Amino acid sequence: MQKLTIEVTVNGTTYRREVEPRRLLSDFLRHDLGLTGTHVGCEHGVCGACTILFDGEPARSCLMLAVQADGHTITTVEALAPDEKHLHPLQQAFREAHALQCGYCTPGFLMSLLPFVETHANPTDEEIREALAGNLCRCTGYQHIVEAVKLACRLMHAPQEA
Amino acid sequence: MKPPPFEYVAAHSLEEALDALATHGWDAKLLAGGQSLIPVLNFRLASPAVLIDLNPVRELAFVEANGVLRIGAMTRQRTLERHEHIARYAPLITAAMPFVAHPQIRTRGTIGGSLAHCDPAAELPAVCLALDATLVARSHRGERTIPARDFFFGLFMTALEPDEILTEIRIPPMTPDTRYAFREVARRHGDFALAGVALTLRLDAEGRIQSPRVALFGVHDAAVLAESAMRLLDGATPSEELLREAAHAVANDIEPSSDVHASAEYRTHLAQVLTARALHDALAQTTE
Repeated sequence: MQKLTIEVTVNGTTYRREVEPRRLLSDFLRHDLGLTGTHVGCEHGVCGACTILFDGEPARSCLMLAVQADGHTITTVEALAPDEKHLHPLQQAFREAHALQCGYCTPGFLMSLLPFVETHANPTDEEIREALAGNLCRCTGYQHIVEAVKLACRLMHAPQEA
Repeated sequence: MKPPPFEYVAAHSLEEALDALATHGWDAKLLAGGQSLIPVLNFRLASPAVLIDLNPVRELAFVEANGVLRIGAMTRQRTLERHEHIARYAPLITAAMPFVAHPQIRTRGTIGGSLAHCDPAAELPAVCLALDATLVARSHRGERTIPARDFFFGLFMTALEPDEILTEIRIPPMTPDTRYAFREVARRHGDFALAGVALTLRLDAEGRIQSPRVALFGVHDAAVLAESAMRLLDGATPSEELLREAAHAVANDIEPSSDVHASAEYRTHLAQVLTARALHDALAQTTE
């Protein structure tokens, strides 16, 4: 059986591991690195639960092979909160707006939306719904997620107080 | 829901990819963006012995505009969406990109992968038909250019030979007076369309329609030009009646299938309505 050695930087730490070519990137993160924040839902690119940032852009980790991440940079949901006591503004907004119930889809939503909230100060409902169309949530009905995105954009783009 | 075992070959140049393809032939699959192939592997609908990864081949990712718009087959869809050359010389592509799956998919998905995969409901094959694109294929036997209209054979079938790699898409730049429109209906934004249309046309000094190209997707075994509608439109003066007739005529050019999402009758109806609306869009467009 073919095994390949790869070097991947995840959340600022560089890991060197031997993997089978068929190892999905999602399974590599969860099983080989123990980063179980990235969730696996449908495993064929529909639900968005496994979304990560690949070289800074949101991508489905279940639709990539771990060997393809060799030499690349990945950010997972574990990197969002600055420390154990504080949440990222996007996480804070999800919490305050009740944008999660079971929470299974939440890591995917957060990673999909992170570049969006960073670049949008005052998005319309339509823009928000388009931005989250690639993620499925079976609990919330999405309305609270839309509210959370608005709140996150306000938190992140608020004028700095002197 | 995990891929079956395969041997992985990372190609670092087109030559390496062609070598690997020549060596492994029918047992090999080319991996482009992987947004369709990996699900197929995860479902075990295919179990190729060898996967040849084109992602490290840098020479296949480019956008150049020098008389003709040239797009490397491994150019990411997200790049197309944001590229100024695309917005300037092929704005139909820019208009269609937000409908191609989701941003998370476009990050990885490539134009060449979408064309070579030839999903009947995919947007990019229809866009290439409407733009009269030419596709370039390479093998150890040499280079071959294939007009888009001769490329898409049917469900997941293209004119590519087993030893060929799609390397480039060449598009005649849209002239400033070219009008265009893109419309589709999908159950959820970013899903594969139930039906859709991409079209281009020009108006001459007398206001008659010139070189109409109406491409439909989701309503045939591959993206298809609506030749009957195009014949009606070509040289004609736009009127409500003409648009109605042309939209009605697309039924002659398509053979939609029924599935859990929509019946063939409904898909035909959608194709007709979308064609009429897209023609209206294009005619209402202001050009330079």
